[in-house]
Amino acid sequence: MPALCRTCLATFDAPLKRCPACRSPRIVSHPELFSLSIAHMDCDAFYASVEKRDNPALRDKPVIIGGGRRGVVSTACYIARIKGVRSAMPMFKALELCPEAEVLRGRMDVYAEVSKQVRQLMDELTPAIEPLSLDEAFLDLTGTERLHGAPPAVMLARLTKRMQDEIGITGSIGLSHNKFLAKVASDLDKPHGFSVIGQAETMDFLADKPVRLIWGIGPAFQESLDKAGIRSFADLRRWTREALGQRFGQSGERLYHLARGEDYRRVQRNTPVKSISNETTFHEDTASTDILDGHIWRLSEKVADRAKAKGIAGRVVTLKLKKHTHKILTRQSQLTDPTQIADRIYRTARDLFDLAGAQGPFRLLGIGLSHLEPADGADRSADLLDPQAQQRADAERATDAIRARFGRDAIVKGRALQ
Amino acid sequence: MKISIERGTLLKAVGQAQSVVERRNTIPILANVLIEADGDTVSFRATDLDIEVVDKAPAQVDRAGATTVNAVTLNEIVRKLPDGALVQLTDDGASGRLTIEAGRSNFSLATLPKEDFPVMASSEYHSNFSADAPVLRRLFDKSKFAISTEETRYYLNGVYMHVAEADGGKVLRCVATDGHRLARIDADLPAGAEDMPGVIVPRKTVGELRKLLDDDEASIAVSVSETKVRFATPAITLTSKVIDGTFPDYSRVIPVGNTRKLEVDAGEFAQAVDRVATVSSERSRAVKLQLDEDRLVLSVNAPDSGAAEEELAVAYGDDKLEIGFNAKYLLEIASQVDRENAVFLFNSAGDPTLMREGNDQSAVYVVMPMRV
Repeated sequence: MPALCRTCLATFDAPLKRCPACRSPRIVSHPELFSLSIAHMDCDAFYASVEKRDNPALRDKPVIIGGGRRGVVSTACYIARIKGVRSAMPMFKALELCPEAEVLRGRMDVYAEVSKQVRQLMDELTPAIEPLSLDEAFLDLTGTERLHGAPPAVMLARLTKRMQDEIGITGSIGLSHNKFLAKVASDLDKPHGFSVIGQAETMDFLADKPVRLIWGIGPAFQESLDKAGIRSFADLRRWTREALGQRFGQSGERLYHLARGEDYRRVQRNTPVKSISNETTFHEDTASTDILDGHIWRLSEKVADRAKAKGIAGRVVTLKLKKHTHKILTRQSQLTDPTQIADRIYRTARDLFDLAGAQGPFRLLGIGLSHLEPADGADRSADLLDPQAQQRADAERATDAIRARFGRDAIVKGRALQ
Repeated sequence: MKISIERGTLLKAVGQAQSVVERRNTIPILANVLIEADGDTVSFRATDLDIEVVDKAPAQVDRAGATTVNAVTLNEIVRKLPDGALVQLTDDGASGRLTIEAGRSNFSLATLPKEDFPVMASSEYHSNFSADAPVLRRLFDKSKFAISTEETRYYLNGVYMHVAEADGGKVLRCVATDGHRLARIDADLPAGAEDMPGVIVPRKTVGELRKLLDDDEASIAVSVSETKVRFATPAITLTSKVIDGTFPDYSRVIPVGNTRKLEVDAGEFAQAVDRVATVSSERSRAVKLQLDEDRLVLSVNAPDSGAAEEELAVAYGDDKLEIGFNAKYLLEIASQVDRENAVFLFNSAGDPTLMREGNDQSAVYVVMPMRV
């Protein structure tokens, strides 16, 4: 059976327990190891790993990245995970489980920079990369063996080795014959793992696995599957294609194929961005219009900054409010022409807030911009009814120029301090 | 209820009513049309709670009565029946079904009780007058393109119909704007409209109203209150809530001091704008106008896709000027001109531009330039 040493990248024939070349026990072997080419790379506890890399004092401590006591855990390192801390868990609960944890605010700009470095390493492997977030991506290495002089598995093992040596973080690889299974595989042997699901074993492997493995099955869909008596992939396979279609509509067709480990989606480079949004959960629930107004402005500014960085503008502004009862309220407004100006986003969102007439207290507020297009035609036309709008937009561009030169805090609006 | 009615008559009446019905409805009864038969007429009533249409048609009523059925389904059935067919609608009141018979076709539709159907509360109208269909058609057709779709500026989501002071005395005026362009259309003030309150007629109502105005000979009875507006012909009554908001003071955005005058054939101008705009794939395409002595050069420069230029012979005698506009906005206002030349009055490249037809002050358009 083909085998590969993940330490020295030597290839040999299993069944050896250690690498014949370097004696490392970190070996991956599989009958289809050198013929599979669709991979999923997932960094291990990405934000926490970056923090530990930059501050060795944290190395042996449980580290949680997330926002304040009121926020949720965005990443927990593996030491914290031993205590039961999970991502998306409310922070107070995480601290009950792991009171000694070091809670950090997260430095998104640093993570984005590290993510870019990882992306550069991946770019050397294949042009077919589909990033899912800062810390995970699909890679299609089909047809690259001649180019690299090595099968995909070797190149992927080399990728994680380089990530560790050159960037200082670890990642796990899932290798299979389609995206669905590659993603499932990368989760099997975390952290710093390398898992393979081959064509021959697909059906047996899935049979007794729960259907929630399928990416995109949330609690609501889970419930309707439960009602249909579907828990495992084997349950799912007992349904005919027609029956699934009737019961679950469009998803039925997908379920039918996934039940058999079939997934025909391609690894797509640069899926176009559909919307830009930012939201914040408050430290304390608030009903104060002044405080909420400050948040609307700061979030509008963040959204505008991201739109400007990408050179895009949007036609629809969305306001999202979460009440203290967790009830979510969203309102949106279409603009006559696209914008990337924070002032315009802010004013629209503020009007939406006033029109919604919702009673607080609120625990979360979000601002989104969608129906995106290239920014060439955006914000070039003045408003007859708001003659100052053009001047405010000009002031904002001047502010952007000052910030680009002297830093973000060089100039801020009074509104931002609320 | 039992009635017989000619297919064409029925289709016209049901068609008008069903277009008011919202396609996505959370309240089942609002998807229905209320059919009421009495004497020798049958009426079809539909509403979305903001607009109500009642359409009356002559029919042979064998048994008076009323019921409600799904408006879209009824319309589809009638539409598919053969031309000239005699259609019989029967509701026995007990089965909860309306039977539709025509020739060998037979349909049965579920009904909902007529008592559940929301009938718009009648209101006191301050002002009642009558206007000829062509007059209202001109007022609304020439202004509706400028209605805003921005939900946050809800007070711009309609046409502001009001009485205004113009040079020759009082006029009936319609104004619409979305902040980038504005249309101001005047008509002679009909007798009885003098003290009409200004109302913002919602976009959807403007669309529905248009269907009442096709007949040149028709006279439309208009009734206006602070909260509602009603347009009626002998057969159709359209009642609508008006937008509860204050229309901005538009008079201060209509430029009065623009002196640089361009006169151009509107058709040629529109075609040229349309041609040069083709090279840009952006939705908000900018067209640059370069004006010089009796010469206009239109150009579009889209760095990614290409460039285009076209020259037109025009009447222009002022200083050189370069000004950019959204191509779509230019096309829309140019297409409002149908009799004489389009006259543009510019100030500078950053100021609003005024456009009118020849010397006609009764239809004025303002468009905001774009940076190019």
